[in-house]
Amino acid sequence: MTEYALILVSTVLVNNFVLVKFLGLCPFMGVSRKLETATGMALATTFVLTLSSIASYLVNEYLLAPLGLEYLRTITFILVIAVVVQFTEMVVHKTSPLLYQVLGIFLPLITTNCAVLGVALLNVQQRHGFLESAVYGFGAAVGFSMVLILFAAMRERINVADVPEPFRGAAIALITAGLMSLAFMGFSGLVT
Amino acid sequence: MISAILILSALAVAFGLLLGYASVRYKVESDPMVDKIDALLPQTQCGQCSFPGCRPYAEAIANGEADINQCPPGGETTIIALADLLGRDPKPLNPENGVEEDVRTVAVIDEQVCIGCTLCIQACPVDAILGAAKQMHTVIASECTGCDLCVPPCPVDCIDMVPVETGIEDWKWSFPDSTVNAGLSTLAPHARTVADGEREDDETPQRKAG
Repeated sequence: MTEYALILVSTVLVNNFVLVKFLGLCPFMGVSRKLETATGMALATTFVLTLSSIASYLVNEYLLAPLGLEYLRTITFILVIAVVVQFTEMVVHKTSPLLYQVLGIFLPLITTNCAVLGVALLNVQQRHGFLESAVYGFGAAVGFSMVLILFAAMRERINVADVPEPFRGAAIALITAGLMSLAFMGFSGLVT
Repeated sequence: MISAILILSALAVAFGLLLGYASVRYKVESDPMVDKIDALLPQTQCGQCSFPGCRPYAEAIANGEADINQCPPGGETTIIALADLLGRDPKPLNPENGVEEDVRTVAVIDEQVCIGCTLCIQACPVDAILGAAKQMHTVIASECTGCDLCVPPCPVDCIDMVPVETGIEDWKWSFPDSTVNAGLSTLAPHARTVADGEREDDETPQRKAG
């Protein structure tokens, strides 16, 4: 049990995918303008990340490894992720039109979120079991969601702040992200 | 090698079946009226109707939030087709949304009058105007889309929009207008005269969208 808790703490805080591993920066900068969309994106990504982490583990363990086809890992994982995203889009479209409208173009963009592929590949690299893979994927998603929502909240405040002219827009957003990343370095001493 | 191909193909087929099943199971019924209206719109996505694209405008028409005469690129043809579909009377294009242009035009700068202020260069969306500050400007006719955006900024009114004659080099087949004609056979006489006018207009070159 402690093992899973450790994985969770590790992925959410210490090895945060966005601010420490620098994966998934595209949605991090792109969808963080408004708190509402950021929350929707965070939910969708959480769902997809956990599911694709499990699915890619299963495919790797029971299909690729027994047949000695590990070199097909990347392309297979991309296929799995694309299918999971497409499936999620259909389900969301049917079950929650409101969320679908909020997410709009961003749901298909999860396919190209490198954090999703990163989690699947790191699972294999670190020899995670089934439950470990699921927890790892979920932890990564929670970490991503937390950082995305915090960042969106900050950007909403920055929008109304009196920012010097040369720093307006993307510049101040990148600086803020950098400062957040610095702050997250402080967690690296959390688990020794 | 063979097993790799087989496995990838098997995976692709399995996922394809899954997605195919999901697309049937989670099918979302969209308003068929919206689809029909959307099919009649010109799909220029220009936003002149004050909606962000043709599909939102189609939805607004279907919900009764917008009138049918707000689409300048579609012009009279689209209005008549929409009126036929919705069983309403055709009405002239709403001038607030813009005017329909029948003839393709190109901007020409009167080079004797031009003072070289560069204001038209900044206004041109396709960089079709050549010139520098205090130098005479000129229009690259092949790049000009005839959008009129350079006319208002000119302080000395030296830009004219000249209609382009169709020559051997730029003549094109006109777009098929079978949908319009099919819809017109049952329409009021007024609409039919307009449609006849449209058919004659087909001899002139097609407008460029935007």
